[in-house]
Parts: sequence; structure tokens; C-alpha cells
Amino acid sequence: MSQTGTLMGFVHRRRRGAELFLLVLALAVGIGAYAAVGLGLEGEVPTDLVGYGGWLTALIVAAHVAVRIFAPYADPVLLPLVAALNGLGLAVLHRLDLTYEAQGFDQHTFARQQLTWMTLGVVLFILGLVLLRDHRSLQRFTYTSGLAGILLLVLPFLPGIGLNLNGARIWIRVAGFSFQPGEVAKVLLVVAFAGYLVLHRDALALAGRRVVFVDLPRGRDLGPILAMFGVSMMILVLQNDLGSSLLFFGLFLVMLYVATERPGWLLVGGLLFGAGAFAAYSVVGNVQNRFNFWLHPLDYYDQSPGSGQLVEAMFGMGWGGLIGRGLGGGFPERVPFAYSDFILSTIGEELGLTAVMAVVLCYGLIVERALRIALISRDGFGKLMALGLGAVFALQVFVVIGGVTGLIPLTGLTTPFLSYGGSSLVANWVVIALLLRISDQARRPVPRMDPVDESEADSEHTQVVKLT
Amino acid sequence: MNKPIRVVSLFCLVLFMALLVNATYLMYVRSDDLGKDPRNRRIITATFSRERGAILVGKDAIARSVPSDDKYKFQRTYSEPFKYAPITGYFSWYSQTGVERSQNSVLAGDDSRLFVTRLVDLLSNSDPKGGNVQLTVNRAAQDAAWAGLEALPGDAQGAVVALEPTTGRVLAMASTPTFDPNNFASHDFGDVADLGQQLNADERDPLINRAIGTTLPPGSTFKLVTAAAAIESGNYDADSMVPGGFKFKLPQSSTSIGNYDGGNCGGGRITLTRALQVSCNVTFLTLANELGNEALADQAEAFGFNSTSLEDLGGQAKSLYPRDMDPPQTAMSGIGQSSVTATPLQMAMVAAAIANDGDVMRPYVVDEVRAPNLSVLDRTDPQSISKAISSTTAEELTTMLVATVDDGTAAPAQIPGVDVAGKTGTAQSSPDRPPYAWFVSFAPANDPQVAVAVLVQSSDTSPDEIGGGVLGGPIAKAIMEAVINR
Repeated sequence: MSQTGTLMGFVHRRRRGAELFLLVLALAVGIGAYAAVGLGLEGEVPTDLVGYGGWLTALIVAAHVAVRIFAPYADPVLLPLVAALNGLGLAVLHRLDLTYEAQGFDQHTFARQQLTWMTLGVVLFILGLVLLRDHRSLQRFTYTSGLAGILLLVLPFLPGIGLNLNGARIWIRVAGFSFQPGEVAKVLLVVAFAGYLVLHRDALALAGRRVVFVDLPRGRDLGPILAMFGVSMMILVLQNDLGSSLLFFGLFLVMLYVATERPGWLLVGGLLFGAGAFAAYSVVGNVQNRFNFWLHPLDYYDQSPGSGQLVEAMFGMGWGGLIGRGLGGGFPERVPFAYSDFILSTIGEELGLTAVMAVVLCYGLIVERALRIALISRDGFGKLMALGLGAVFALQVFVVIGGVTGLIPLTGLTTPFLSYGGSSLVANWVVIALLLRISDQARRPVPRMDPVDESEADSEHTQVVKLT
Repeated sequence: MNKPIRVVSLFCLVLFMALLVNATYLMYVRSDDLGKDPRNRRIITATFSRERGAILVGKDAIARSVPSDDKYKFQRTYSEPFKYAPITGYFSWYSQTGVERSQNSVLAGDDSRLFVTRLVDLLSNSDPKGGNVQLTVNRAAQDAAWAGLEALPGDAQGAVVALEPTTGRVLAMASTPTFDPNNFASHDFGDVADLGQQLNADERDPLINRAIGTTLPPGSTFKLVTAAAAIESGNYDADSMVPGGFKFKLPQSSTSIGNYDGGNCGGGRITLTRALQVSCNVTFLTLANELGNEALADQAEAFGFNSTSLEDLGGQAKSLYPRDMDPPQTAMSGIGQSSVTATPLQMAMVAAAIANDGDVMRPYVVDEVRAPNLSVLDRTDPQSISKAISSTTAEELTTMLVATVDDGTAAPAQIPGVDVAGKTGTAQSSPDRPPYAWFVSFAPANDPQVAVAVLVQSSDTSPDEIGGGVLGGPIAKAIMEAVINR
């Protein structure tokens, strides 16, 4: 952590005014898109525009005020990015609702439900900032949250509450509410990994032998990575979900690599996962299918199971072209699950490549801000947590958008802040709250009397002693 | 830990760049290809529910879209469906043919030449409209062509093409039996699918545009090509004495071929003009045998055989003159038999080239492409494909063909006060079916305005009366009169 010392001379400004300005732009995106949906489909501005816009504005202003009070030094870009994405997602869901309703689908209130979930998400966001005044207190819950995370991942297997939707067993249903525990487990596991790795990073980093050019880890230190590998493979084979499996294992590997600064872990992990995925490919028919659909989507258009969904999404996005058909001008309902995993195809079809690029850039900026927070954070736990949250976000976005646009085989994951889905939306708002909390700590001016370097060095020293 | 964080940042940068590049590839580079996929219902629905442009002949819209009350908003209608079906083709939910297909991007409004119109529509928030297509067809000539085909006795199959020799403009193109494109434009897609299956199964092939899609032996009309090759060889002119007589014995064979009427063409030695006038088989078998396969193939290809030239309509069949025929086949090819086949369009091109000083012009159907406000966006320029014969050869042939009409087999095409050049043809396919009747002509001979080819493939006429002049001559005459008297 010697590099953080060079950043100490620089004092971050609060930049809350800049955040407010960006939030106005973000609201303009969300409310403007909502109005455009009304204009495009019904020929008039929606009658509830004021109520809807007012509610959205109230939520965003509440979040902003909470940041002003409880995390005044937090990064000013994250909240506007999230507000813009969430607002756009709501408008697109509203657009789909109108078509689903016109075509007599059972479910056509996705936008309204999503707004409720967003409200809950913002409440949790504010509560997180209020209650969690220092992210380091989460370190106490390392093993608790790890256990909870694993439990959540296992829940969908349990008979009675597990739910199999679209060929992947990643849902549970309790008291009428369906819930995707993986989204919450994601956050808990980041906390658990960060807490574990910050304690054991030296042992993992220093012990081991060098083979040719690569430092291979010690056999006994392979325990955690093997355990995580086992969980990932379990998700892959039992839940039939390559996306989540890749997400969790990738997250773990990245955090392990950063904590130990040893690329050897990436090699070991990558080989393990490659072998596991290949074994799954050979054994599990579903994985093979997805691979074939990815390579030759147009050949499997009419088959069942087939690539009809992906091809329809490709047709839609191709038709959208550079500037899209305009909200209400396309046929996004031709793509099954356009409101969840495939929401990006709706955006591509009706708002064009321009909007797809804007969305990808928004995600890219969120990841960039998260990694920046990791860079400037003064404590190892905060660094690892910010890195983990950023990495899981990046992986998820890559897997889902890459899948929908045919870059990689399709896997079922939600598009953060855009897709319909309560668990995902709420969990992602909490992720942003955690990032803002860490960034507030990192950007806050250092009290003169606090010799950070020494205390850090002390704690590290102590940890090593404790281990050996 | 900052160094690996920077590595991870770089890695994330690569991931997001990959997403951006792939999205651009999918939505921009592959956009057109995906749009052309026949399974892409978005494109079809969108074009189907748009105000499609009109297809115009003169000032009349023979195909246009009128508002309809259902969800597709517009209904395609054809004012004279049967007469123009071979040219317009049909526009259905499943596919298009003819001009509806070849000019689809203009009619649907997607063509790049309509970019400004589209931009204005986008900015003014009005629904996009398709552009209009102006055809080269001459209404009077087309009326005459269709009336002539309809008047054929019984269950006839036939086709007519008329070209403007100096430009290659298609003045008339008709084919029978044909179909009603209004039925294909129906919004009841089940009916449309049934209709398509039914017409495809129909052995009279009503969906084929015989004017460009059917190749048959051209019979005696091919003697124009043989005569052209003979004169181009430098050894003959209109007055050269050539062998006549009752029979020609095929080389490497014991078979002898006689003349159509069994006569001797008026003597053992006759002029080339006389040979064409009476369509003397013996003469042209002899000439073809003497000229050989290569010279005849060269001449035929110069007229457009062995290639296709019409770009505005799909389904054009290639007229064939094989380069690997043995001497007896080559001799037979001189009278348009054995492996030589031609479409009516090809024979019209031969006549048009002779009328146009030997220049073969590329035939075209689409004259102008117009924006929805009728401003002209693009006009087709006449284009010369090849120089088939010298202008002196063309003059000699014209004189000989005028003689054939004035005082020969092509007499039914005579027009009082106008010099008409023409040639009949009667071709055998197999003994058990009636021969095909051909007629090619152009007029006026001194200033050609129209070249015509007529093919009557079968009709309820006794084989004795089929001689091309009787069936095809009056149709060609009516078309030429319609063009000259306009």
C-alpha cells in the first residue's frame, strides 16, 4: 500500500454541485424517455407524466440529499449514472407494458412494479449510507456474509421454494414473491472475499514455489479457491447457469489476484474453470446448445430449443441501426423476455446503436469509478471491496450484453438497473451505496493527527504474525 | 495492490471496447444483411404497412397502395392486373417478384436515393412514403400486345416483347397465361399461401414471365443470326447466289433435311434474299455447316446469347448457343433447331440490333425513379452492350427482311404505307406436340421505332395453320402500329 502515499498530498473536493447538475441531466433522460414513449405509442404525452416525473425526481433528490449529508465526499458521477440508467430502464419497461397490454398479455405492469422496487432500492441506498458510517465495520461480518452468500446460492435447489424459470434454476419463491438470490449473494460474497483476502493475502502471496516463470501457490492455500471452484461448478451443473457460475468464479479470481498481486492465481483459476466448463460442455446438453446457437444463430432460428430469441434480438437491433426506430416504432415484443435479460435489444431496436453505446459507456463509467475508488482507497478492505463490486459489475454487464449482441454464448443474467427484476435492482442500489461509502472515506481529507501509513503498516505486521 | 487494480482496469477496458465494437458490427455493419433475411418479419411488416410507391405507365399508376382499415394501413392494388403482371410481379406478405422486387428499396422508401425524403419525413414526424417507379412501357403497345395474346384461340401459352431499338427501352411485355397480383396482395395470408402453392403446382406455369423466362428453339427466326454471320464473313451479300433445292444431307450422317413446305425454294441456286423470303432451310443448313460452330457462336453471343442483360426483372433465362456442337448439330442450329434456345426477349434484341445499325442495347424496364413528390431522382441511361454486326450488314439484312414481309412468308405483318421488316419462325420440339410459332419484326424499316418478338408456345390451332406468320404476324403488326401511330 505504499502507492497510496503519493495520493495523500491531493485533497478531493466534494463536487456535490456537479452531482446535482448531472442528476438533472439524468432525470431529463428518464422523464424525457417516458414522455417519448407516450408520444410514440399513443400520440400524446402520458397523462401521468407529472406524477411519474415527480416521483422519480423525489427519489433521486432524496438520494442526493442523503449523499450530501452522510457521504459528502463521495464520488459525484456514480449516482447520476445510475439515475440515468434506471430512468431509461423504467421508460423502456413502460413502452413494453403498453404493447403487452395491447396484445393481451397477462403481465403488463412491469414499469409500475419496477418503480416500486426502485423506491425500495433508494430507501435501502439511503439507509445504507445512514447506518453504515464506515465500511470497515463490514469486515466483522466476513464469515457471516460468506455463509449467507453461499446459503442464498443454494436456496434455489431446495424443493418447495426453488423455481425453474427459462431453463435455469436461479429463482426462489416465498409467500408469492419470486426472488433471485444470486443478486444479493453477489454483494455478500464481495464483502466475504474482501474480508478474507485482506487477512490472508500475505500468506497467499508469499508462500509457494516458483515453477518455470510462474509462482504457484502452496497446496494448503488452494483450499478457498477449490471451495469457490466447487460452488461455481455446482451452480453451473445444478442450476444450469453458466453466467452466474462465471460471474462468481471470475469475481473471486480477480479479487484473489489483486489481493496477492500474483498472476499465478489467475492461471490456476483460469485452467480450473476452463477444465470445468469443458467438462460441463461435454456432459450438459444445454451448454452445448448455447454454444452452437452462439456460433450459428441463424441456423437454429426455427428450432426448439433454438436461437429464436437471440435471432429476433439481432434482427431488431440490426433494424434499429444507427439511430433506432424511435420509442414505439419497433417490434420489441417479438423478442421473448424483452423486459428482463433482453432489454438491451429493445433499446437497440428503438433507440439505435447510439443509445446502446451510451448505455455501455454508462456501465463502463460506473466500473471506472469503482476501480478508481479502489485505487484511492486507503485501506485494504475498502480497496478489495470497491474492486470486487466494480469487477462483478463489469463481468455481469459483459456477460449479459455480450450474450444479447452475440459476442459470447448467451447466459441468463439481468442487465443492472435496466432489466425488470426487484432483487437485481435493489441489490444494485445497495452496491452503489457501498461504493459511495468507500469513496467518501477515500476522498475525505486525512485528519492531520492520524498517521495512516504507520497504523496500516502496524496492522499488516500484526496480521502476518497472527498467521505464522 | 494498485498495480493489479490497474491491470484489472485495463482488462475491463478491453471488455467494454469489445462490447462497443461488437454492437457496432451487429447494428451497423451487419444491419443490411440481417434486414435481407427472409425470416426477418420486422422488415416485412414495416414495408407491408407503409405507403408503398406507385408503379407508373405513362401517367397511370398500374400498381399503387391505397389506405385500408386494418392494422397494415395500406392495401396494394393493381388496376390492370393480368396485362401488367409479368412486369409488375406481385407484392405479398411473403415475397415479391418483378419490378416490385427489383425496385423494392425505392418503392418501400428505403433506397439511399430517397435519403433526403426520409430525413424530411423523420423531422416532420410524418409516416415514411415510398418512391415511385416510372416504366418504359408504351401503354398503346402493351394494350395491343395483351389484346393479341388474349385473342389467341383456346388455351394458349405465349409471350410478346417490344423494344425501342435505339435505346433498349421495353415498350411492351406480356405473357399468357398469367395471374392476378391483387390476390397476392391480400391481407389474408392463409389465402395468399394457398394461392402460391396452387399456382406453383399449375402445369401451365402462370407465374412464369414467358417473355424472359422461357427458352425454346427459335426456329426460322434464328436464320437472321445465320444470315448475319454469313454476311459478316465477307463472302456473301443480299444478292449472293446460295444453294437452294429440296434437301440438305447432314454431315457425318445419312439424315437429310427438307424445306418446311417440301418445295425447292425456287431452284438449285437462289439469292440470299430469296432464301430468307421463303425461309429456305436448305440454304441456311448449308451456310451454317460452312460457317461452323465457332463463327455462329461468336455471332450469337454478339447478339446477347449465352448471357443475360435485363437487370430490372428477375427470372430471366439465358438464351443458349452451345459452343460444343458437332457438325450436324451446328448445321441444324443454322435454322434454330438442335440445342439453340432463345427467349422472346432475346429474339426481340436480335431484331432491334439489326434495326439499330448493329448496336445491341441493354433492355430496360425502369425509366425513372421518382420521389414521393414526383421529382425525378434517377433516370436510366441507354447503354450499348455490343456491336453485333456492321451497319452495312444491318442495312443488307433490313432490305432482305422488308422483302420477306412485302413478298414472302412474313406477309401478315404488312402495314399499308410503312416498310416493315420481319421474319417468321416455326420450331419443332418433339413430334407429339404442336410446333412453336415465332415472329420477329421491326418498323418502320428506314427509321425503326419498334422491334417485336412474338412467341406462341401452344394454342388450339391445328399444326398446319401454326406457321408463325398466321399466329404471330397480326400481333406484331398491331403492336408496331400502336407505336408508330402514337
